[in-house]
Amino acid sequence: MNVKKQQKDYSILVKQKSPPSRLLKDMCLSFLIGGLICTLGQFISEVLSMAGISEEDAPSITSSAMIFLGAFLTGIGIYDNIARIGKAGTLVPITGFANSIVSSSMEYKSEGLILGVGAKMFTIAGPVIVYGISASVVCGLIYYLLTII
Amino acid sequence: MRNQTIEISGAYIESAFSSVGSKESEGPLSKYFDAHYSDDLLGQKTWEEAESCMIKNTLSGALTSCKKTSEDLDAIFAGDLLNQCMASSFGLKSFDIPLFGLYGACSTFVEGICLGAMCVGAGYAKSVGAITSSHFCSSQKQYRFPLEYGEVRTPTSQWTVTGSGCVIISQKETDIQISKVTVGKIVDLGVTDANNMGAAMAPSCADTLLSHFKSTNTDCDDYDCIVTGDLAYVGTDILLELMKKEGYDIRKKHLDCGSMIFDKDAQKVDAGGSGCGCIASVFSGYFYKMMKKKKLGKILLIGTGALMSPSSVLLGEPICGISHAAEIELSR
Amino acid sequence: MELMKFVNAFWVGGLFCAFAQILIDKTRLTPARIMVTYVVAGVILTSLGLFKPIVDYAGCGATVPIIGFGYTLAKGVMTAITEKGALGILCGGVTGAACGISAAIFFGFLFAIICKPKPKK
Repeated sequence: MNVKKQQKDYSILVKQKSPPSRLLKDMCLSFLIGGLICTLGQFISEVLSMAGISEEDAPSITSSAMIFLGAFLTGIGIYDNIARIGKAGTLVPITGFANSIVSSSMEYKSEGLILGVGAKMFTIAGPVIVYGISASVVCGLIYYLLTII
Repeated sequence: MRNQTIEISGAYIESAFSSVGSKESEGPLSKYFDAHYSDDLLGQKTWEEAESCMIKNTLSGALTSCKKTSEDLDAIFAGDLLNQCMASSFGLKSFDIPLFGLYGACSTFVEGICLGAMCVGAGYAKSVGAITSSHFCSSQKQYRFPLEYGEVRTPTSQWTVTGSGCVIISQKETDIQISKVTVGKIVDLGVTDANNMGAAMAPSCADTLLSHFKSTNTDCDDYDCIVTGDLAYVGTDILLELMKKEGYDIRKKHLDCGSMIFDKDAQKVDAGGSGCGCIASVFSGYFYKMMKKKKLGKILLIGTGALMSPSSVLLGEPICGISHAAEIELSR
Repeated sequence: MELMKFVNAFWVGGLFCAFAQILIDKTRLTPARIMVTYVVAGVILTSLGLFKPIVDYAGCGATVPIIGFGYTLAKGVMTAITEKGALGILCGGVTGAACGISAAIFFGFLFAIICKPKPKK
């Protein structure tokens, strides 16, 4: 039997024997927890608008507040426990972005403040910033070219 | 055909010692372990130091229980999962014992037993130690995500055991001897999912097991128990299936340390336990004691390892398996 | 306060998360890849003018998920281009998201100094 065939047969066996992910349950939980986090954001933004904060500043303050919340819950060691239930519901909101930054920098504190905290902070979140900003520059370039034509 | 099995005479296990962390202490095998640490940092500053401290205490424990000092050991075979085996190197430096640093992923413990038994059996050493460790937190940091990261675990992922185990192998005759060892080959069946280690290791385990059966002319009826390292639930199912295809029904004789050490549902470990410390602590804690009480007469201990590194996974390399076996039996 | 605003934020935000969960379970995409996909999708959808209506409808249901980070970046770039011309291509994105990025970095630093990781149970 050749190697390719053997590997293919084996991958079928592995698939058979591995428990499937609980997609429906996971989806419902992430919908619920993710939805709740967004609702909390909405609540903060409503409170801000009632306090007379301008519509321009409110979104920035809201996301900073959400980031603080994510960072705080990570710091006191609760966010990973919520994530065990909420799965993608805790990954996708901006609190999850904060979680990835805080958890990395906390973990690598033992390797020093400069190369540990400073450099390893972006091991998970770095790509988001790199691809987000790069995409925005590319889109901006196209948008600019379209406006001057 | 090449014979992978080596017959050994005159290699006895003089003592064994096991240490585990907090989660393992809450598991079903808790009462069998010799040392329990409720603080996973062991009073140290970092996870790496904690693992080194655990390996140090485990070797001390094993030496004390057979009334030896570090002077009495001619060599030690040690390994762990951290980069460049730093947990064992730093943990063992103060003992001043000649050291062989080993890496065979989670098969390292049995690799150490094989080499130790060969060394003692051949007369190159009077007494040697074989020791390995793993720590959930240091492995999580090196192989997966930071501890506080909201990681999404898949149902096939395994939980690295915080634990360490040590055996002292000597020429001095005791109740338990290592009679045969089978050195395993690398088996690659193209598994790439780093969250399904059981599937990556099962084929190599079957390979080593078959090789051992064939070269010793035995089958599973000749053993009281066939003990595998950390295939856990998924890998165990696959191993049973692979062995069935070869005509061996090992279901009744097979036990897996990764499936035994945790309570699967109550402790939320998904597929089960893994790590160098898994088979090391379960063998030294449970199986060694069972043999000493003569409840088990002859076991085949198979360490199963997944050969990979965080970068090999990113480079798209497959995860290969390697398994070593040691036949351990009552000598009288 | 209008109740409907909360309901819309809840179900739209929840839907973004549930979709990511499908990607995780079905495609084995790693979390980092999913976050990158979402951000880039946010930038592209915003540039095409498709994301603004979702933000108007769902509020934080669209801006709190990481896809909203892409929205903030793209919106910043387009505003800056209108105001400053070509320079806006480079400075607009980060200007728009400045608050979020600085908050994430500073709080990340702060909590790393104060807190220690705990072993999982």
